[in-house]
Amino acid sequence: MYKAKRFGWLIAWPLLLISGVAFAGWDDVNMRQGVTEISRRVYELHMIIFSVCVVIGVVVFGAMIVSMLMHRKSLGVKPAEFHDNTKIEIIWTVIPIVILVVMAVPATITLSAMYDASDSDIDIEVRGYQWKWQYTYLDEDPAKEIRFTSNLLTPPEEYNNLAPKREQYLLDVDNPIVIPVNKRVRFLVTAEDVIHSFWIPDFAVKKDAIPGFVHEAWTVVEEPGIYRGQCAELCGAYHGFMPIEVHAVEQDEYDAWIEQKRTEALAVYETVGKEWTMEELMAEGERVYLQNCAVCHQANGEGLPPAFPSLVGVGVSVGLMDDHIDVVVNGVPGSAMQSFRSLLNPAELAAVITYERNAWGNDMGDLVQPMEINEMIEAAQ
Amino acid sequence: MSEEADIRTLRTVRKLLFAVVGMFVFGFALVPLYDVICDITGLNGKTAGQYVSSEPAVADTSRTITIQFLTNNNAGMPWEFRTEKRAMTVHPGELNQIDFYARNPADVTMTAQTIPSVTPYYAARYLHKTECFCFDQQQLAAGEDIEMPMRFIIDREIPADIKSLTLSYTMFDITDQHTSQQASD
Amino acid sequence: MSAVIEEHHDDHHHGPDKGIMRWVLTTNHKDIGTLYLWFSFIMFLVGGTMALIIRAELFEPGLQIVQPEFFNQMTTMHGLIMVFGAVMPAFVGLANWLIPMMIGAPDMALPRMNNYSFWILPFAFGMLLSTLFMEGGAPDFGWTFYAPLSTEYAPPSVTFFIFAVHLAGISSIMGSINVIVTILNLRAPGMTLMQMPLFVWTWLITAYLLIAVMPVLAGVVTMMLMDIHFGTAFFNAAGGGDPVLFQHVFWFFGHPEVYIMILPAFGVVSAIIPTFARKRLFGYASMVYATASIAFLSFIVWAHHMFTVGMPLAGELYFMYATMLIAVPTGVKVFNWVATMWQGAMTFETPMLFAIAFVILFTIGGFSGLMLAIAPVDFQYHDTYFVVAHFHYVLVPGSVFSLMAAVYYWLPKWTGHMYDEALGKTHFWLSFIGINLTFFPQHFTGLAGMPRRIPDYALQFAEFNMLSSCGAFLFGFSQLLFLFIIIKCIRGGKQATDQVWEGAHGLEWTVSSPAPYHTFSTPPEDLREAHG
Repeated sequence: MYKAKRFGWLIAWPLLLISGVAFAGWDDVNMRQGVTEISRRVYELHMIIFSVCVVIGVVVFGAMIVSMLMHRKSLGVKPAEFHDNTKIEIIWTVIPIVILVVMAVPATITLSAMYDASDSDIDIEVRGYQWKWQYTYLDEDPAKEIRFTSNLLTPPEEYNNLAPKREQYLLDVDNPIVIPVNKRVRFLVTAEDVIHSFWIPDFAVKKDAIPGFVHEAWTVVEEPGIYRGQCAELCGAYHGFMPIEVHAVEQDEYDAWIEQKRTEALAVYETVGKEWTMEELMAEGERVYLQNCAVCHQANGEGLPPAFPSLVGVGVSVGLMDDHIDVVVNGVPGSAMQSFRSLLNPAELAAVITYERNAWGNDMGDLVQPMEINEMIEAAQ
Repeated sequence: MSEEADIRTLRTVRKLLFAVVGMFVFGFALVPLYDVICDITGLNGKTAGQYVSSEPAVADTSRTITIQFLTNNNAGMPWEFRTEKRAMTVHPGELNQIDFYARNPADVTMTAQTIPSVTPYYAARYLHKTECFCFDQQQLAAGEDIEMPMRFIIDREIPADIKSLTLSYTMFDITDQHTSQQASD
Repeated sequence: MSAVIEEHHDDHHHGPDKGIMRWVLTTNHKDIGTLYLWFSFIMFLVGGTMALIIRAELFEPGLQIVQPEFFNQMTTMHGLIMVFGAVMPAFVGLANWLIPMMIGAPDMALPRMNNYSFWILPFAFGMLLSTLFMEGGAPDFGWTFYAPLSTEYAPPSVTFFIFAVHLAGISSIMGSINVIVTILNLRAPGMTLMQMPLFVWTWLITAYLLIAVMPVLAGVVTMMLMDIHFGTAFFNAAGGGDPVLFQHVFWFFGHPEVYIMILPAFGVVSAIIPTFARKRLFGYASMVYATASIAFLSFIVWAHHMFTVGMPLAGELYFMYATMLIAVPTGVKVFNWVATMWQGAMTFETPMLFAIAFVILFTIGGFSGLMLAIAPVDFQYHDTYFVVAHFHYVLVPGSVFSLMAAVYYWLPKWTGHMYDEALGKTHFWLSFIGINLTFFPQHFTGLAGMPRRIPDYALQFAEFNMLSSCGAFLFGFSQLLFLFIIIKCIRGGKQATDQVWEGAHGLEWTVSSPAPYHTFSTPPEDLREAHG
């Protein structure tokens, strides 16, 4: 009894682990199997190597526990004299080598398969920005390409604990990637500013996005569904706030989506031509601002100086319109302020600029029409 | 401490200091070493400099390779930069040309440097550029634009398993470095 | 021999000076060892406070205590301070105290340099900590400081960070030169290399690793400095550089660095287990060869930290195979410790408890390391909490537990008093439970897909994070008990015998307790005990 009590911890420790598992369920504590052939192979490899570790662990820790229970001074044992044994030392060097060689074979095969990204059906360029993703569906004809930016949808109120948190807290985006199932999709991953990493656990795809370089990864998703991932390389303050959302759908649904995106692009092109009212610009501007600007400049416009300056009562927001447009459209080199020319369409640019000039008591009273922005962008041609 | 021990100590210290300096230099030597390894293996998809062909271009019409072009701007680079075509299907060995377009919308003169990157990385070795804007820097005045041709040959030796490759160009704003270089020249 | 006898005549048996200047000017290896140990303990508490800020923020989803900017400064500073300020100086402190006594030398070979190498450290870390109060804040790019986040996008304080790393590096290089010279030249006459205690062996190899890689670290931060201030483009693609090059050079330093933090721990455990098992260390020679193999392998596996950067397939495969090989010598070590315990006559005083926990928990960290080595699976583990769990398992219950074990083991020799065994055991249990509660659930959150270095997380990770934070606070506050035990032991306690522990072997146990200010002014004659 005495012994059992003193060694209760030996039992307590695995119990802690088991209770951890029971507390959450096996699926919550293990790697997910995912929905691609590769992700399942990765999962199997993970389980094999994990099992090998468990077996070795049971042997080694078992020997230690037996030794701690039996070879105690308090039991009156005399210590043995041996202090080496060449035969046994060779055995426990060779056995691990054999295990490792056996492990290396499936690992090599899986890795080679992951590296073969040829013959893709759809190519999507993935571009990491601080702190959002931009996706371009490549097409033979650059004019027919679809390009959109994907921002975190969870509003700041939720992560600032001012509103209850949604189910997909920090994992939902405004514009998800849509891909058809059972098609080979190739991701061409790169970055605009710092290194990011494009990771979708359910596909076992993780590729660093490195400025100036492009790397490829591929996937074939077998089941329709919504799959979520996150940026996996520290990329600055809001690294934890740039998730990835993929909708895998049937082919016809995908075709419809592509058609809809193209129509939308056309619609935007047409809206640029119309005359917008102040109310329309402010409403659209607030939406665009909260999605694209509020992370740095904050919802109240006061920013987080010195890194992210305030827009309230100071700077270009209350200065000349042309300067303001220049900053938003072209960005400020050498600062975190990026160029939004290719991230927002002219209507969104006009709206957000108008919003910044008139929100939070800036009350400049002026507005800019999408048409004017469009002309300025195309102007010098 | 005795004199003999002092001498031994000094000798060991001297050797270790050499090692320290040597490893510091080695750290810097890793930079060219890395470039060499990149050249050999195509690590990171870096392409080589200007290619001068020793033999006339003979197309291998038995196979085709699709080459895809991506254009991107690095952070803070306001230029418009695009490709005329997104992809071309070519024969290994033939000389091809594609045009790129750049325009400086800013109201100051700016200098750009474009960096190529190829994926799959091992295809980089087989992409030979006989003429490329990435070999030079471009300087454009405010509002100025430029057509930039790029000529390339895909090596006939390109492995059979490569059916397509992607060449990505990223344009960087190097106006600052450029002006400071000129100042020091 | 005659030289040594002459030296004996010259020797004047004076004690330490009085007052603060004793510590500023000291060239005595025991004083300097003490300084190193206290310095690292203070840094351990500073870095630990930062860890608790991190864990407090991560206690539940949402941003409660700190903003993301400050959170990143905390993760960065926590890593830098724990690696360069706590673990490394602590082992140097042990080396200073113990190596001369273990090899029968009167002091370190270069006592003046020893003093300098310590006194650089407070300046280095003062400078690093001062960045917290600068405009733009402290470094916020992670302890691995990947370019371009640490160059073009870094806060202005990055320059101070670079100089702090330079200073800490110079200190380490000086310390390791001293260790090598001492071990090679000042061993008691007649003591062969293969007679040295394993702690001395592991430190000799560690010192060579330091000499080899600290200059590379100095090189990489110098390149950063030049990129930031002098317009070079080592890591900037626009000028023909490459951000991935940064990672290669950094990890060429970084991987040996992680072994620098664990090899001396192997030495400590190899001293403690035989003592309390009352049985000689099993496989001494194979331990030496295994340590050397691990050190060698550490130079050729660095890119396993970078499996996702898009290396060629051949490169990935090579680094995967080489990394898997490390499991072999590491396994040999673990098997040897178990064989040492086997059929011994064990007692379980505090140092032994820490040493046994080290073997078990370090092995768990080793298992997750083996899993991480498998490149295709690493794509799923990389940059998640699984990695965080892995390296904390090898660093905290690995290196830090070995340091605690060492302190309890040699404290009676240093102070002349026995520490309070009941309190020591309490400290062990609190630490053991705390550490497992903190880091074991992180395996689960990592596998479930939680990236590392994020200030806020999705709701599915909430329970395990809360558990982890509770464990962290338990572990953190138990260290105040550790501080109390040490102070109590310094101030008094049961008089320690010379041998202190019944099963202890080694020259340090032949001198009186507390160890006199000068030991082995005359080299020891009887080396039979040296081996341990």
